[in-house]
Amino acid sequence: MLTPVKSLSAKTTRSTLGRTESGPVKWVLIAIALVFLAFVLLLPLACVLTTALNKGLAVYFKSIQDPNALSAIRLTLLTALVAVPLNMIFGIAASWAIAKFDFRGKNFLLTLIDLPLSVSPVISGMIFVLIFGAQGLLGPGLIEHGIKVLFAPPAIILATIFVTFPMVARELIPVMKAQGSEEEEAAITLGASGFKTFWLVTLPNIKWGLLYGVILCNARAMGEFGAVSVVSGHIRGQTNTLPLHIEILYNEYHFTAAFAAASLLAMLAIVTLIAKSLVEAGMHRQIQLSQSDNGEK
Amino acid sequence: MSIEVKNISKTFGNFKALDNISLKVETGELVALLGPSGSGKTTLLRIIAGLEQAEEGQVLFSGQDAREKKTKDRNVGFVFQHYALFRHMTVFDNIAFGLRVKPRPERPSADQIKKKVFELLKLIQLEWVANRYPWQLSGGQRQRIALARALAVEPRVLLLDEPFGSLDAQVRKELRQWLRKFHDDLHITSLFVTHDQEEALEVADRVVVMNKGKIEQIGTPDQVYHNPANAFVLNFLGNVNLFHLRVEDGKAYVGDTAIEVPGFKAENAKTASLYVRPHQFEISRQPKNKSFLKATVKFINPAGSMVKLDLVTEVGSSVQAEITQEEFGALRISRGDPVFVGLKNITYSEYEI
Repeated sequence: MLTPVKSLSAKTTRSTLGRTESGPVKWVLIAIALVFLAFVLLLPLACVLTTALNKGLAVYFKSIQDPNALSAIRLTLLTALVAVPLNMIFGIAASWAIAKFDFRGKNFLLTLIDLPLSVSPVISGMIFVLIFGAQGLLGPGLIEHGIKVLFAPPAIILATIFVTFPMVARELIPVMKAQGSEEEEAAITLGASGFKTFWLVTLPNIKWGLLYGVILCNARAMGEFGAVSVVSGHIRGQTNTLPLHIEILYNEYHFTAAFAAASLLAMLAIVTLIAKSLVEAGMHRQIQLSQSDNGEK
Repeated sequence: MSIEVKNISKTFGNFKALDNISLKVETGELVALLGPSGSGKTTLLRIIAGLEQAEEGQVLFSGQDAREKKTKDRNVGFVFQHYALFRHMTVFDNIAFGLRVKPRPERPSADQIKKKVFELLKLIQLEWVANRYPWQLSGGQRQRIALARALAVEPRVLLLDEPFGSLDAQVRKELRQWLRKFHDDLHITSLFVTHDQEEALEVADRVVVMNKGKIEQIGTPDQVYHNPANAFVLNFLGNVNLFHLRVEDGKAYVGDTAIEVPGFKAENAKTASLYVRPHQFEISRQPKNKSFLKATVKFINPAGSMVKLDLVTEVGSSVQAEITQEEFGALRISRGDPVFVGLKNITYSEYEI
């Protein structure tokens, strides 16, 4: 009884002491962080919005509704719509394999999953040029059969999948590892099939981690520039995604139009941040639950 | 339904977890697999459930080979050490799980499921927690829910992996007695793993003592405790004192004292090891015969049903003895007193020639 009381009081004294002593230091640190944030994040965001709107709302909406802009938005959405679900499935499968089984080459697989994060996106794009280009590995055969991959949506989607595939898996592996496989084993001994076990036991346990991974994956898929730029061919109205469209507009001095399109991506970022913090709150709740689950005997 | 395993072997990398294990659990029996950690007892249980595959050997349920059957079709109830309750489901949903995942033709109606779940909750005396989540319950309650969940699908055998391993001592004792009573009512063939010898001896009809992937002895609690097959079993089932004896002309000596070992028959041996349980000593102020050893009292712990004494013999070996409160009262000894130690009812000795 004595020990906890003692440690508690010691802790309180230490933290109050810390607070009074480091008061100025604390404010200086907060001020630095805020100033830095204002310059690096808020100022650019404000610039984007003011430049986008500096010729009035009419021009803003006109530049967004330009056929080329609409086509870029459509291609961006299509890319995300294909890449995100595929990477979700891949992410679940890979993290399931890594977290719940022991097999030869597990570390190699982990390294492979991280590969897209460690390679420059330009190189990621080049890989697809080497594979699907006219002198590439598969390119000539495919072109013979009338299938165009490079400088067309398929290559854009493939490059996006490649660049974003670690996002879901990296979020899920630690979650699944922490949960172990006892609940799944219990479900199987109770007569559940593999699918039912996954659907009724595994999925509810990983849903927050999965959602988090999907949000990050989506943000990256919609915003990817480097790899997509290499494989797209920049054909206006056909193979430009939103980030590529912005670049072209900017290079041609259509600042208002460029920033209007950029404001869409900025809004996507803000929505992502809000969704992310909501999901984080959910994850936090779940972690607390499982902690009280372990802590209490 | 009976469970039989035949010549089961299993290795993990270089580690031989199970080495040619054969064992039969009769219908309606409650058998304990007892052993230190790493003895392979949990692996054996998991192989029976189909959660792990053996490299060699067979598992038979009522004489039928279960190898072809997947875990989900074996109809075994499995209770995990850490409960493994579904954390996102209420207690009701946890218990109903096994019934709800049955294929459509066999699945009971919602009403039948509800009835069954409440029957089980009544059996484990926890009807009032149906709508709670696992994290809102104590460890003992959770383990009872885990048991009810396993029983919901009416398994033919029940396998329990250290079911009380993560509970505190008091709850553990209660649940242990509860399990015994529960088994007497239901008579379901049960096999449970434990490293706690007290638990195994108290609850089980038969005890299987395992060590390093092998079975050391199978027998009733009485047999394994009073007639241990070897030194390991003796050591594992409670405290024991070891005496190294010197043998000369067919007589065993500790120091210069000739010890009378009942049934001593190794006249050709040079040395012998004698294992004596703490309660198998007789302590007195005066030697009652020539084979009493001289010793000094080092420590007395009178708290408990028996009085525990730490003694040091004149040859310097320490001895842990237990005597009854009455004997202690009659002896009137205190720390530092000289006493004489005799042996009674020795159960186990080994001879080296």
